[in-house]
Amino acid sequence: MEWVSKLMHHKLWMWIVAIGFAAVTLIPFIWSIYTSFKPTSQVYENWVPLSHLSAGSYAYILKQFPFARWFLNSVVVAGFVTIGTLIVNTLAGYALARLKFPGRGLIFYIFLGIMMIPGQIVLVPMYMLLSHLGWVDSYQGLIIPFLMNPFLIFLARQFFLGIPKELEEAGRIDGLSYWGMFWRIFLPLSRPLLAAETIFAFQGNWNSFLWPVILEQRQHMYTLPVGLSSFYNQYNQYWNNVLAGVVLLTIPMIIVFLIFQKQFIQGISTTGIR
Amino acid sequence: MEAKMKRKDSVGLASLFGKGNATEQAMAGYLFILPAIAALSVFLIGPIFYALYISFFKFSFLDPQNAHFIGFANYVRLFHDPLFLRALLNTSIYSFGVVPIQTAISLFLALIVNKIKGKTFFRLAYYLPTVTSTVAVSVMFLFIFEPQGLLNRFLGLFGIHGPNYFNNPDFALPSIMAMAIWATVGQFMIIYLAGLQDIPDDVYEAAELDGAHGWRMLTSITVPLLRRTTFLVVVMSLIGSFQVFDQMYVISGGNGGPLNSTLSVVLDLFNQAFKNQNMGYASAMAFVLFVIILILTLVQNFALGREE
Repeated sequence: MEWVSKLMHHKLWMWIVAIGFAAVTLIPFIWSIYTSFKPTSQVYENWVPLSHLSAGSYAYILKQFPFARWFLNSVVVAGFVTIGTLIVNTLAGYALARLKFPGRGLIFYIFLGIMMIPGQIVLVPMYMLLSHLGWVDSYQGLIIPFLMNPFLIFLARQFFLGIPKELEEAGRIDGLSYWGMFWRIFLPLSRPLLAAETIFAFQGNWNSFLWPVILEQRQHMYTLPVGLSSFYNQYNQYWNNVLAGVVLLTIPMIIVFLIFQKQFIQGISTTGIR
Repeated sequence: MEAKMKRKDSVGLASLFGKGNATEQAMAGYLFILPAIAALSVFLIGPIFYALYISFFKFSFLDPQNAHFIGFANYVRLFHDPLFLRALLNTSIYSFGVVPIQTAISLFLALIVNKIKGKTFFRLAYYLPTVTSTVAVSVMFLFIFEPQGLLNRFLGLFGIHGPNYFNNPDFALPSIMAMAIWATVGQFMIIYLAGLQDIPDDVYEAAELDGAHGWRMLTSITVPLLRRTTFLVVVMSLIGSFQVFDQMYVISGGNGGPLNSTLSVVLDLFNQAFKNQNMGYASAMAFVLFVIILILTLVQNFALGREE
């Protein structure tokens, strides 16, 4: 294996492989964006001159189809799920890490165990429950059942366990209540935790498909992924329009990702370490 | 003590939660965790038991009055149902095909990216598909894998006539697998990169003193030390891939075609529940899926727990 060892010291091939794979990753995105700006008649042309490109397909789908409404639905749902997730799971994680109460251990193990259960198992009863509540075709049906997230409770608990006891004692001397302790001492230290929770909740929800496809049956209540999939089924020969929809669904997430990339990467790295 | 009393009302909600003694602490604890417990009970634990209950019934949502108890018949039927067995086979092929290839590629890329400059750029580029919706990824690949699509035009340069990937029962599932590998490699590469940072430098220095280089170093130091990471990556992605749905739904238009070649377990479950209104049967299917995933998770916890 001498030649392999020698080859490993040449960085050139590493560059070629790394750039090659980056091309494989990026080309589908670039090609989709490019095609979304082409006129319908030239979708299959390899090279359409820049002067022929236009945002016409965006204007068309936003005007002729409810893409703007679907976009808004996605923003509303993902926004509220994220805010609610921050409240519900941060408080629960804090209680499990910092407050003593009978049954705490049992409750923690229940949350831990729940993490193993695939969500699909409750597909049928959840649909029945939500339709009894009259939540089919509603925002609350896509928001309220998805606020509790055992993984994020676990994350919050681990985070709060890592904060030194001395801070808490200082708070106690100052006469803070339990709420005051949480609000004034622990929460201000929690920015990395809140950033991670925000990212997990927003990404998961913005991209979620299975529940919205079950729950939102009337067109105007679709979220963007559901809307795009139904639009594709009807208009799949108009690739410039379909891909404009893809871009609308993808770009907001990519912007969030580029802003918070450090937290994204840290988040995913820590899931690997522990 | 007095200072405490005075401050009591200064913090808005303070009087609600109290402070000091054990009872008050417990009250605060329960209040803080109450929203999570309520959501857990109403939207998860309750429905799980209800799912188990109706999995023993012939049960249609449209006609709940006519539900009747049939014991284990749904479970027995599952293992004689060619459609479900096909879905299970497809899902297994998908999982056991995607997971090793994607793990190998992500390890390979992590080793390379760790050695060269521009780590940030490559991490960003490779991670992009992970933040992209699976629906968007599926539609993008429907376009690229079209008969006249980018891939076939590229192959055409070499005189190869590519097939109509997603309409050909021999190619549809492998094409979805290729797409899944494309979409997940970046995520696992980042986990591997984190694992690589955790290997202390002195391990390499010691090995170098012993005369280990390049290939030797890789096979006898790096890869064995990444064993934990590899195990975690494999099980995590197995669990995820047994739940595959979005890609199959979008690409086949919901029917798992052509000729059931892309029918996954969750897609079959979805169709049984919401197209055929066979809700008891679908619930039984959900429990079979649950058992498969539970076994995978227990294997993970057992193996990782024992190493510590």
